[in-house]
This record gives sequence, structure tokens and C-alpha cells, in this order.
Amino acid sequence: MAGKTLYDKLWDQHLVSQRDDGTALIYIDRQLIHEVTSPQAFEGLRIAGRKPWRVASNIAMPDHNVPTTSKERSAGLAGIADQVSRVQIKTLDDNCDELGITEFKIDDRRQGIVHVVGPEQGATLPGMTIVCGDSHTSTHGALGALAHGIGTSEVEHVMATQCLLARKMKNMLVRVDGELRRGVTAKDMILAIIGEIGTAGGTGYALEFGGDAIKALSVEGRMTVCNMAIEAGARAGMIAVDQKTIDYCQGRPMSPKGELWDMAVEAWRDCVSDDDAVFDKVVVIKAEDIAPQVTWGSSPELVGAITDRIPEPADESDPTRRNSLERALEYMGLEGGQPIKNIPVNKVFIGSCTNSRIEDLRAAAEVVEGHTVASNITLAMVVPGSGLVQDQAESEGLDKIFVAAGFEWREPGCSMCLAMNADRLEPGEHCASTSNRNFEGRQGFGGRSHLVSPAMAAAAAIAGRFVDIREMGEA
Amino acid sequence: MKAFTKHTGVVVPLDRANVDTDMIIPKQFLKSIKRTGFGPYLFDELRYLDKGEPDMDCTNRPLNDDFVLNQAGYSEGSVLLSRQNFGCGSSREHAPWALEDYGFRCLLAPSFADIFFNNCFKNGILPIELPEEQIDQLFAAASAKAGFELSINLEQQVITLPDSSTIAFEVDTFRKHCLLNGLDDIALTLEDADTITAFEEQHRSRMPWLFS
Ligand code: SF4
Repeated sequence: MAGKTLYDKLWDQHLVSQRDDGTALIYIDRQLIHEVTSPQAFEGLRIAGRKPWRVASNIAMPDHNVPTTSKERSAGLAGIADQVSRVQIKTLDDNCDELGITEFKIDDRRQGIVHVVGPEQGATLPGMTIVCGDSHTSTHGALGALAHGIGTSEVEHVMATQCLLARKMKNMLVRVDGELRRGVTAKDMILAIIGEIGTAGGTGYALEFGGDAIKALSVEGRMTVCNMAIEAGARAGMIAVDQKTIDYCQGRPMSPKGELWDMAVEAWRDCVSDDDAVFDKVVVIKAEDIAPQVTWGSSPELVGAITDRIPEPADESDPTRRNSLERALEYMGLEGGQPIKNIPVNKVFIGSCTNSRIEDLRAAAEVVEGHTVASNITLAMVVPGSGLVQDQAESEGLDKIFVAAGFEWREPGCSMCLAMNADRLEPGEHCASTSNRNFEGRQGFGGRSHLVSPAMAAAAAIAGRFVDIREMGEA
Repeated sequence: MKAFTKHTGVVVPLDRANVDTDMIIPKQFLKSIKRTGFGPYLFDELRYLDKGEPDMDCTNRPLNDDFVLNQAGYSEGSVLLSRQNFGCGSSREHAPWALEDYGFRCLLAPSFADIFFNNCFKNGILPIELPEEQIDQLFAAASAKAGFELSINLEQQVITLPDSSTIAFEVDTFRKHCLLNGLDDIALTLEDADTITAFEEQHRSRMPWLFS
């Protein structure tokens, strides 16, 4: 019999019951909750007179709607200027208080973007099944866990039953062989993968990332990769556990201690695909071929190397695809054939659950140090992923480097990744962004997002245009 | 949940691939703590020329005449026809809530994004995947003139065209059962509460650190 993939193992370990029609009940170890996708689920529970099945498996925090200026933040909940946002965050507080769910409230140092805080606190661990009413839950798969985004009805279902109704997905392996070149990061790797397989390439699959280039990444870098699995259509992305994963988890506030730690580590060592495991689909990419990436369209698959030109829609034979290219270029105010380096930049955003961990901020600060933001950049902002990331960065003096260069240094939250709070693009503005979605209007009505790595975003802020990070410092 | 058995309605052709959930319902409307009232803001950025805000009165907003829902004969539609990877992007259930609130009951596309597809069934909307050629033909018919209607029969898994020709479609048996009867997943799952408790006990003894 063929061996099992990591996904097969995680599925089997959590399978409560399997129905004849292919649907199954999967036990959920951890549910992460935020303010946007939970109010209707709490309301549903209340109306039906139900209680959470296992209160301690839930952890909540507001992130999408929180303001990021210190002025608003200093007054906690009461300081939120936008009344609708304040009501939504207060609703989360009230629901959690009522049911006894642990919540890192807006004025707690541990608050932050749910996908940054989960691993940081040891709330998400290898071998777990993890859900959250947010598509970027795939991030936690970087620890060797089965983690995926769910809708609000499912949030309510998991609260009430501790289970998710699911169908087993197919297995896909994306193997990145070799070594990344200097200046090329985890972000460039995942953008290149999406460029290769497309935004629907992973639909219906659980996506495992493997190969030497993945193994060489830090756990933070792996989170960046898994974060964007959903942008390739896959609900779950995951990476096998190795010593780095175990070292990362050790000593986190909610990680097991003592004997339980030893027991857990032993189990986690098996959170890998067997050598003879069979995948339904395998994609192989050479790390050496990946250059720093910049998206130029309104879908993450519309991406190219910094040295490329934007493709000509006329060269596209498939009519639906040609049509989408034309529409994307029209929205973005760009033309086929234009060099990517010539795309204008007006704003720079460093943050989001893709790239707001300490390592990302260090990489950006390294580029910024000793330089100033170009005069054509109207706003350059850095938004740490959590209060603890912010504290760490400040203790290393990174905030001073950013501020000295002309960046705004903000309080933790989702911020301009989706522009639900006051941080947003104006119509027609181009933004070099370390986030994960460049959909129309994502970062503000009429705004134009270009997804890049933290170093590339920092370099764009300094140069006032997109530059090849590999040439920075050599010029 | 509203049951879905049979439905007849006008087809609205939305000729775009990768229609994402940000497009279906932009984020500013996600601040609501309710499940209802999203219909007027469905496809807000495509439908109106100004920028929509939550709780805005939409009756006098400037309309984008190029958008299909604003064209005569299509605004009453209840069957949405689109291209591949419909519903990609965020997990927001506000997307099916908005579609349902507007009046859509059935969606036709060559493919759907996973989370969105799942969310539809929880809200009484039937998403149907059909081969590209059939989708192309339906686009031709629905775009030629407004008022092209389809009848969808979930029990028999068949779509009937105005000329009485039919198209068969696939649907997962469990989801079909729930949709036909308007069943609530949670109540169904809780019928298995003992199995869940038994599993939980075993799981706890195998992986006690998850429960500490
Ligand atoms: S940072 Fe962006 S992508 Fe991540 S959870 Fe927040 S809004 Fe979603």
C-alpha cells in the first residue's frame, strides 16, 4: 500500500465519521475568531439556544477593523472613531465575555492579526486541525497543521459541534527544488508559484509545499508561502514538520510544557508525507529561476519578474483570458508591453498576515536604513502584525529606522491590506504592497495594488518606483 | 435555511472570469453584524458610479449603465451565469448573503472557488458547474436578449431551457438532501453527538496536550 501524505495523516487522525456520500465530520482542535465573520455565528447560536461545544478551543481577537494610528488606539475601544467598526468590535468583546472565550482585546499587547498571533502564542501547533472564518487561515499549515478558512455558517457549526463537515480533498505537491537567489524571498516564491499554476490551480486540492528551497525557509517564510495557498485556489496549504518547526514552537505561551511537550514532539515528527506517498498532482519549480516578483494586474496570477514587461493581451489566444487581461490593464491604468519597472508608485504598505512578522520588518528596515522615502510617495506605512511584533521591532530600533526615513509606524492590525479602517488608497493610486490580494478595490475604491516582498516594497518607497532589489546598493 | 426544490427565473449573464468576493460585496459592508440587507450593495463597485457606504440609501445613486444588472430585463433576474473560478478570494459569507438578498437562487459557471461554493449551499443558493461549451451556449442565449429563462429542478438534477431541451447536472447527495429539505447542518451533526464525544475522548488520550 502506498504511503500517506501529510494531509492524509491529518485527515485520518481527525476523522470522526465518514458518510457513504463522501462527506465526513472532522474534529477541530482550534478555532480562531475575529470580529468580521463571527457576529452572525454567535447570533445563530444564541437564537438556537446552543452553547459552544468546547469553549477552550476558541481564541478571539479583533484585527480587520481596528484603527492603526496611536492616537485612536491609545483610548482602546472607546477611541475608535468609526462607529460601525466600534460596534462590531464591541460585539466581539461582548460575545466572548458572555461565553467565556479567551480574547486578546484591542488594548492587549498580544492582539494582532489572527494569523500572526496564532503561531506566535503557540495557539496553533503542528498536527492540529485549525479553522477560522478567514481564507488566509491556510497560513497555519506552515507548522504542519491542517488549517483552512471557513464561512460564517461553518464558524457557528464548529462552535456548536467541534466538527466541520467536509469532503476529503485531493493531494497536490508543489516542490521547489534548488536554492533561491540572493534578494529573492518566500513572497517571490509563492507569487511565482501562483503565476505558474494560476488562481484556480489548487482548487479542490490540499496543497503541500516541499523541496529544498522550502526546507531552507524560516518558519516565518513558510507562513508567507502557506498564507497565499488560497490565492492559488487551495483552501489548505501545508509544510512538513522539521526541527525548525519544533524549535519555533518551543516555549510559546500556549505550547505544551514538560512531559506533554516531549509527547507532542514525538507525535509531530510524524507530521510529514511518507517517502512513498502518492500525490494526485505534482508541480516542480526551480528556485534558481525565480526573480523578485511584482503583480501588475488585478488578480495574483497576473504577476511577473521585475525585469519583465507586462504581456500584450493581443498575444493571448484564449478569449476569456484575453478579455480578463484587457480588463485588468484598463483597471490598473497600464498597457501591454510596458516594462514592470515603469509602473508608477504612489503609496507603500508593509504589513498584512502575509508579511508583517519580525523577519519581514527586519528585511524592509535593512533596505530603508540610511535612506529617505522618495518625494513622489504620498504615504509609506509599516503595520506590525501584532503588539508583540511591534514591541520586538521597537526593541531592535526598527521603528526609528522607518520613521527617520519618512515611513509611518503604526499599531497592529490588518490595516490597508483590505482597507476596512481608515487606511486606504484613493482612486487611481498605485501601491507597492506586501499583502496578498490585488483585487479591484481591495485596498480602497479604485486603488491599484502591486504585490511584492517586504524588501521590494521598501526599495520602491526609497526609489519612488519599482526597482530590482538585486541591484540596490550596487548602483 | 430556505429550501430549494424547483426554480424558474431570468438568466443574468455576467461575462467575467474570476469574479471575486470583494467584487460581490465590497469590504465596507462587512462591518454589519447582521445577515440581511446586503442585496442593495451586491456588486456595489460595478453597479454604481459612486462609492457605496454601509446603510446608504441606494435609490438615487448614479448607476453604471454598462453593468448587466442595470440593463432593462435583467434586473429582475434570479439565475446568475458567469465564468470560471466564480467566488474566489475571501471566505466572507456576506457574498452569498448578498446574492440571496438580491434574489439570486441559482448560479451557473464552469467552476467555483471552494469556500464560496460551500457557503452557497448553507444559504439556500444552488451553484451548478457546467462544461465550458454549455456555459458558452447559455451566454449566447442570455446575452442575445433579456428575459431568457431557465427552470432548475434540483430533485431531478435537470435544467430546462425555453425550447424544452434539457441539461443534466451533478450535485453532491448530502448537499442536495439538505437543500431540498432546507435542513440546518448543525441539528443534523448534533444527532451524532455521542460519536463526537467518543472520538473526543480517544483524541484526548492520544494528544492530551491539545486539551491542557
Ligand atoms: S491581513 Fe489582510 S488577508 Fe490577512 S487576515 Fe487581515 S485582511 Fe485578511
